[in-house]
Amino acid sequence: MEGSVTTNIALVGNPNTGKTSLFNQLTGLKQKVGNYPGITVDKKVGVCKISENFTAEIIDLPGTYSINPTTLDETIVLETLLNEDNESHPNLVIVVAEVENLKRNLLLFSQIKDLQIPTILVINMADQMERKGISIDIEQLKKDLKSEIILISSRKNTGIDTLKKELVNYKNWNTEPIASIADRIDKDFFDAIKKDFSELSLYKAWLLITQQKYCSFLSAAQKSKIEKLNSDREKIKKYQHKETIFRYQNINEILKRVYKVDKLQATDLRSKLDRILTHKIFGYVIFAVVLFTIFQSIFEWASLPMDLIDGLFANLSELVKTNLPEGKFTNLIAEGVIPGIGGVIIFIPQIAILFLFISILEETGYMSRVVFLMDKIMRKFGMSGKSVIPLISGTACAIPAVMASRNISSWKERLITILVVPFTTCSARLPVYAILIALVIPDKRVLGIFNLQGLTLMALYLLGFGAAIISAILLHKVLKIKNKSLFVIEMPNYKVPSFKNVFYEVVEKTKAFIFGAGKIILALSIVLWFLASNGPSSFKNAETEVKLQHQNSGLNKEELQKKIASYKLENSYIGYMGKSIEPVIKPLGYDWKIGIALISSFAAREVFVGALATIYSVESEGDNVGTIKQRMAAEVNSEGEKRFNFPTGISLLLFYAFAMQCVGTLAIVKRETKSWKWPILQLVGMGLLAYISAFAAFNILS
Amino acid sequence: MGDTIASLKIGEKGVIEDFSLDAIPLSLLEMGCLPGKEVRLIQIAPFLDPLYIKVNGSHLAIRKEMADQINITKI
Repeated sequence: MEGSVTTNIALVGNPNTGKTSLFNQLTGLKQKVGNYPGITVDKKVGVCKISENFTAEIIDLPGTYSINPTTLDETIVLETLLNEDNESHPNLVIVVAEVENLKRNLLLFSQIKDLQIPTILVINMADQMERKGISIDIEQLKKDLKSEIILISSRKNTGIDTLKKELVNYKNWNTEPIASIADRIDKDFFDAIKKDFSELSLYKAWLLITQQKYCSFLSAAQKSKIEKLNSDREKIKKYQHKETIFRYQNINEILKRVYKVDKLQATDLRSKLDRILTHKIFGYVIFAVVLFTIFQSIFEWASLPMDLIDGLFANLSELVKTNLPEGKFTNLIAEGVIPGIGGVIIFIPQIAILFLFISILEETGYMSRVVFLMDKIMRKFGMSGKSVIPLISGTACAIPAVMASRNISSWKERLITILVVPFTTCSARLPVYAILIALVIPDKRVLGIFNLQGLTLMALYLLGFGAAIISAILLHKVLKIKNKSLFVIEMPNYKVPSFKNVFYEVVEKTKAFIFGAGKIILALSIVLWFLASNGPSSFKNAETEVKLQHQNSGLNKEELQKKIASYKLENSYIGYMGKSIEPVIKPLGYDWKIGIALISSFAAREVFVGALATIYSVESEGDNVGTIKQRMAAEVNSEGEKRFNFPTGISLLLFYAFAMQCVGTLAIVKRETKSWKWPILQLVGMGLLAYISAFAAFNILS
Repeated sequence: MGDTIASLKIGEKGVIEDFSLDAIPLSLLEMGCLPGKEVRLIQIAPFLDPLYIKVNGSHLAIRKEMADQINITKI
């Protein structure tokens, strides 16, 4: 099978079946995350050498309970399996099931089998059969399902080789359907479908009819045929229900013969854990402790690598500057590209640590209990229990958080979650908070134990959550979206997380961030660099001008250079922008210098600190934060008062807490909501809130 | 009116009766919640919603409003 056409293998299965473990076993590190054409769900693909001369591309489709989708992720499964022109359309399908929930898993299997694509059933967690008192007559099951079946344990890595051997043989598999839906429901109706779509399997034709709205790939001829058959929606719906009931009857009959469970073996560890973890008091206490641990670890563990990255990129810039010939290109690399990349990389430690925790919580099955505990509370705010995960993720970065909202099936609940997530205090706000707090909040202890600066930071966190909740309530009242609640979640059994799965999940999420948001942040950094390093005539004469001014002041060369840089920034395009917005921001207590920093923050908020460092012509690298703090503290306004006094500081803190200064998030929201309306609403709404509260704070305090 | 899943107490069981198709989403059926199947209420969330049930071998959480739509006979 040299070269030419690749064989595509799709992995399909219920969530919590270990489908992704199997994917990891088959592909190892040869994985990549891509995008499905036209839609935005991440696609996981890997290469697997099945045998000496058979290499296949394996695609890990999102977990689903049925081929009929209820969430965005699940539509991918339908689209990939039905659309033969889809580049990932499989030549064969592996349906992954697990021993304990075999009955429900077989529903999905029977649907896929009826598509008449070569399909194999893999039953995972076979190693646990004995412990759970389960026995399966595999030979009989093979006959009943007209399929090959392989028992594996993806955790213990058993059965994988047997599976590979069988995969080689896929062209000889039986592709007969197993549930002849037509005869049991309405023979005449289905015969008519068969006649109209003689080129397709009956079940595929039926799916095109029932799921037409998700099938964008239909030809005009197919569409008109479907519309004719689709006219009686009530009837179609009834038949879908009948089909499901019929499939389950079929599966029950089969399992009665081949599947035995010794009830005595069933453990009650699950119910004990459930009782504690979803307890009305302990449940919340445990959740609070878990949250606290996550936040604490993000701070503790991420600060060292973040400092290292910061230092590394500063050195790299320096290295490029000293080693490449002077000129525009060198400046672009040293001042635009490298800091831009650094501005993306710096977030990796926090994002990786956050997803480490989230994926552990998901793997163990605890996350479903959190969703269960929080659903009622979150619904008061127009969200879902599932919104908790995006809101937690938002404390690292809003971008992966917005993406984590995809499994919320109600559009209104999902939309509100997406809209309010950027209020949570993301890691880009921290450097801004840190310097402003250090400037305007005294380093004192109150009540003996609390540090006032620490308390302020905590208050800002709470403010972020509070703003998210209040705006969610408002949106819940205002948004008139028909809300069909489809809240059905599985409460999986508790499991010890697999290190390998957690590792791959962290790598995948981090990659998605870098390539999703990173590009935008980098691009904007370069634009901002251009605006800051170019300007009209006064910019070009900066050097002579500054030298003239400081002729007799006895500055050394280095100090003079800094003065020049500062003068250049003032007279650059971005400097003019800062000055032109000064009238608008003056009521908030800011001057044009802060204006420049505000504009620069649109790539990523933390740029605020670096921009001010340049304006005040001080070093901004790593250890010298002290220097910029001193310089900012010494800055005075036109009346000779401190520029960063208490009112201005608080006003800035509030502005940064509320304003939507993140182009990356706006782009992701546009992508996920497929409309400019919602990101614009965020930009304007959050901007107004920021402006008004900063204005109020400044005027009340001064 | 008869009982629904929402009227079960923790630990109680019932058998699902035929339900109206409009009220019950297909996805719930596909998760195993079918007429004639036994359902047991395992746990109720702190604010009395959602409900944690075991039905037809699956452990599921559903909201009260949906549980209210599913008629059962207590056993």
